[in-house]
Amino acid sequence: MFRQATARLLSRSAAASPKARPFSTDLESAPAADQAFVDAWKKVAPNMDPPKTPLSFMKPRPPTPSSIPSKLIVNFSLPYASELSGKEVDMVIVPATTGQMGILPGHVPTIAELKPGLMTVHEGNDVQKYFVSSGFALVHANSFADIIAVEAVPVDRIDPTLVQKGLAEFTQKLNSASTELEKAEAQIGLDVHSALSSALSG
Amino acid sequence: MAMAALRREGKRFALTSPNPINVLRSSLAPSEERMSLGVRGISTQIVRNRMKSVKNIQKITKAMKMVAASKLRAIQVRAENSRGLWQPFTALLGDTPSVDVKKNVIVTISSDKGLCGGINSTSVKISRAMRRLTSGPDKESTYVILGEKAKAQLIRDSRNFIELSITELQKNFLNYTQVSVLADEILKNVEYDALRVVFNKFQSVVSFLPTTATILSPEVVEREAEAGGKLGDLDAYEIEGGETKSEILQNLAEFQFSCVMFNAVLENACSEQGARMSAMDSSSRNAGEMLDRLTLTYNRTRQASITTELIEIISGASALEG
Repeated sequence: MFRQATARLLSRSAAASPKARPFSTDLESAPAADQAFVDAWKKVAPNMDPPKTPLSFMKPRPPTPSSIPSKLIVNFSLPYASELSGKEVDMVIVPATTGQMGILPGHVPTIAELKPGLMTVHEGNDVQKYFVSSGFALVHANSFADIIAVEAVPVDRIDPTLVQKGLAEFTQKLNSASTELEKAEAQIGLDVHSALSSALSG
Repeated sequence: MAMAALRREGKRFALTSPNPINVLRSSLAPSEERMSLGVRGISTQIVRNRMKSVKNIQKITKAMKMVAASKLRAIQVRAENSRGLWQPFTALLGDTPSVDVKKNVIVTISSDKGLCGGINSTSVKISRAMRRLTSGPDKESTYVILGEKAKAQLIRDSRNFIELSITELQKNFLNYTQVSVLADEILKNVEYDALRVVFNKFQSVVSFLPTTATILSPEVVEREAEAGGKLGDLDAYEIEGGETKSEILQNLAEFQFSCVMFNAVLENACSEQGARMSAMDSSSRNAGEMLDRLTLTYNRTRQASITTELIEIISGASALEG
């Protein structure tokens, strides 16, 4: 038992010396920029350890493959949860400001701003529908799609009667709005509710 | 601090207790005070008072530790869930802490309440070093401070460099709406080329890593993309929606700031609770040790006073006998 413990200690100390933390993932591309920062830091504050940067906490992404992969890897994150992380799917359709945009594996790298609308995730015959408020969709060259939204709900949790009520309320607010700000707010509410009702029907 | 004063008192007792002769002398000292009031014998009142106050402190710090542990459990879940939020931005725009810009704004996140170990001092030290790093002949950097503790420390020497300070962040339940409104306020009032958020990342209950996340303004992003390097392949990305690329980049930068802030605030709150837990744990352990030492002193004092009484009685009796 002691032999195992000492062997484990030795291996852990040997592994810990080159890396900062024993369980950090290996960083292939990160050290380049960090090294300049670390050097500049050492000049200013030689007695302090430099602070960590977000790149050291992230798993590195795979490089662009030469052939188009068969599946798209989707990360769908919200402030309160990561709905999908690293899920392999066939296709994702997101509500970009220019309309519904479909993302397939091998899609050209894109930065798309989203408007409130329906988002569908297709995996085989399985389709998951979410209603997203605005956000961003980033598609990378290595068939990774990151969708970041502020709020998203599965469509089956939306109450249709409340949607109708909201539509009526915001139409009435828009008609009675006086200042630009009120008009803009009422317009936004109306847009979101009409998107909700079309998501429920479509 | 009260704890430091008590620790000093405890040390004084610990120094006097090993030698028994000194104990009598030290225990005679309180009795000297009492002699003047006409009370005979050595009094254990003082030691008993100290023991009572140390026991109370031990109870209080134990309770604070339990409260911090329960708050940590609640907020740790939320912090871990929010970790996926900033990763897409770092995957797209990379991480460029060594970027060279004219206007740097250092956003320091700290706690409002104290008794949480050294995390606020660490954040302030890192912020000061970042400021030294990013200041130069034609570069300048200013602070935006979240939290009472960093404000108290930074206002002493960098009062002129503080642009905004925000306190009482955790009064209401932390949520994304609140943080995004805050981020909006900061972006409206502060001119920046690069925002550097300094916070303590929660790694485990005993380990908090000071971290800095960099967010570049859209103009700097375009400049760096043209220059090549980390952001060089940003041009390869097609822009969907919006009229111009700069508009999208503007929205992206603002969204990135609010996401990074949300995660940073949650992580810092977690680190605060974890540091408070370990600080209160060590202080209740200290109080326990002090109580043990005081108990020994108390017993010795009590026994010494009993012995003195016996000696008086016996010598009085033997004097009567002849």
